[in-house]
Amino acid sequence: MKCFTQLRATAAALIDQGKLMANVDTDMIIPKQFLKTTERDGLSEGLFYDLKTRPDGSADPDFVLNRPAYQQAGILIAGDNFGCGSSREHAPWALLDQGISCIIAPSYADIFYNNCGKNGLLPIALPQAVCDALADQAGGGNMVFEIDLETQCVIGPDGVAHPFEIDPGLRDKLLTGMDDIAMSLISEADISAYEQIHQQQRPWLTPK
Amino acid sequence: MAGRTLYDKIWDQHVVSSDARTGESLLYIDLHLIHEVTTPQAFAGLRAAGRKVRRPDLTLAVADHNTPTENQALGLAGVADEAARNQLAALTQNVAEHGITFFPMGDPRNGIVHVVGPEQGRSQPGMTIVCGDSHTSTHGAFGALAHGIGTSEVEHVLATQTLRARKMQNMAINFSGRLRPGVSAKDLALHLISVIGTAGGTGAVMEFRGAAIEALSMEGRMTLCNLSIEGGARAGLIAPDATTFSYMKGRPSAPDAQAWPAAEAYWRSLYSDEDAHWDRVVDIDAAEVEPTVSWGTSPEQAIPVSGRVPRLEEMTDPNKRAATERALHYMGLESGQAIAGTPVQRVFIGSCTNSRIEDLRAVARLVSGQKVVDSVRAMIVPGSGLVRAQAEGEGLDQIFRAAGFEWREPGCSMCLGMNPDILAPGERCASTSNRNFEGRQGRGGRTHLMSPELAARAALTGVIG
Repeated sequence: MKCFTQLRATAAALIDQGKLMANVDTDMIIPKQFLKTTERDGLSEGLFYDLKTRPDGSADPDFVLNRPAYQQAGILIAGDNFGCGSSREHAPWALLDQGISCIIAPSYADIFYNNCGKNGLLPIALPQAVCDALADQAGGGNMVFEIDLETQCVIGPDGVAHPFEIDPGLRDKLLTGMDDIAMSLISEADISAYEQIHQQQRPWLTPK
Repeated sequence: MAGRTLYDKIWDQHVVSSDARTGESLLYIDLHLIHEVTTPQAFAGLRAAGRKVRRPDLTLAVADHNTPTENQALGLAGVADEAARNQLAALTQNVAEHGITFFPMGDPRNGIVHVVGPEQGRSQPGMTIVCGDSHTSTHGAFGALAHGIGTSEVEHVLATQTLRARKMQNMAINFSGRLRPGVSAKDLALHLISVIGTAGGTGAVMEFRGAAIEALSMEGRMTLCNLSIEGGARAGLIAPDATTFSYMKGRPSAPDAQAWPAAEAYWRSLYSDEDAHWDRVVDIDAAEVEPTVSWGTSPEQAIPVSGRVPRLEEMTDPNKRAATERALHYMGLESGQAIAGTPVQRVFIGSCTNSRIEDLRAVARLVSGQKVVDSVRAMIVPGSGLVRAQAEGEGLDQIFRAAGFEWREPGCSMCLGMNPDILAPGERCASTSNRNFEGRQGRGGRTHLMSPELAARAALTGVIG
């Protein structure tokens, strides 16, 4: 897995009706028609497809990621409960394929949050007021934000530092980019031992 | 020792080891359900690393998300969409390579993964069950810890038969009282989500408790647990009881007569102790729940069918107001309007939420001898081939066809519109599915979530109500 340490990048804020969009769901992040792939790459085409295109398929110039100042954005700022809905890992894959490796939002849906950690995508949770303030600054366009996972800090274009909390296990994983499966397979003997007792105690769990 | 919740008990029973550094535990997985959409990258990962599927016998595959709902007997050749066909072919190849049991499209046992697991008796109390699909929460109805996982985790489970997991919080949802006649598990779920919000259960496992839950059938319990994720909880749980055991008895993969007594004795230990600690508690009087329908683009935007959509000028929270304004605009509704009487053009009865035999019987009771109005195209997609066969055995298909419903072959279908069953822009649909997100059933499509009873009524009248 790719690791995440530091990032210097511009940020795009998802705004609607003058507010950060809350409950940005996985269907919005990547609609179903893009889930028929057998690859992890190339999914940026479908990222926010219904938001970034008009019904005729042409690009909507008003959508933030279509505006020249935000096309290279490496950070996305959004409202509460980001990533709610389905378990599709295509959502973080699509964000990463677009070049976005950090999200800033007040809160996240559990499965999406978990999926981020498996792919080197950093989900930062900060209070709504801080997210709103950062979104305002992103609104200037081409404004550079700094993210440091080691020190757990977001520095806005105004130079103000916003410390953030993150689960130490997730932080560790993102910093080292370690492979979960390889780590778990180190416990192979434990798994086998557990399996044997579990099957003995509850033999009906093993299909005949 | 303090009492434990049902979730605590299942968790404790399945911890293989814990890693103090990451705060994660390796949780043993008893059943891994897989389907075509969220597994190709996982199998590719296994292949690239030269790894094998550790326990093919604890893995069960179906084809459901992409499959067309007609001409399934033609097999893959009948799938017009090339990308969908490739994905289905990849699953076929992957399960063959790894020796995984697979019910392919057209097999009578095939269907929506969350209908098939219980139907086959594979989903059992006390198990840990995962699947690359968020509605895996459905299986919690059996008192199993069941939740959705991402594709990286699918690969992890395939390789190790374990999941790296963090313990979640315990959330009690107490439904006291009895449901009123005409009010179903779907109404209960939509009502709950409208109260706690779509993030209300984030970070928690919800256990549904109380008299109203004890009175629910297994299928009603599955509907309720299915929608836990729409309330933010990855998993929902209901303690197994006589209703559970009698549902399980005789199913193909349920314990046989010899194993049954030990299994049932274990299952009877699966309940939350009276002195268990709850991190969060929600109390709802089930008798106050009315038939409920969603009006907006999030499952929390739900109201009694007799109610009105929110009035913008009465909303004080600016963020909620902005979301409401967007939803009203998308749904083509006016602030403060009554939801009853809103015309629909489509009716969809199906999905892992409501496509089981009881759902179909409820619809049949209402539409028998009646006609779908000309302005509506109505579709019924049974949850599995076996549900379809059972409905046909009971003559329900005749009732549906005579009333003007399309009677389809099983699959996820229009719940997420990965197959050809989608809404046209602006079309409004009365749907028994689980998500009303923007574009969920087709770009620009407008979804109103409701029970099979309300959806059947919408088909006959052409309006919500």
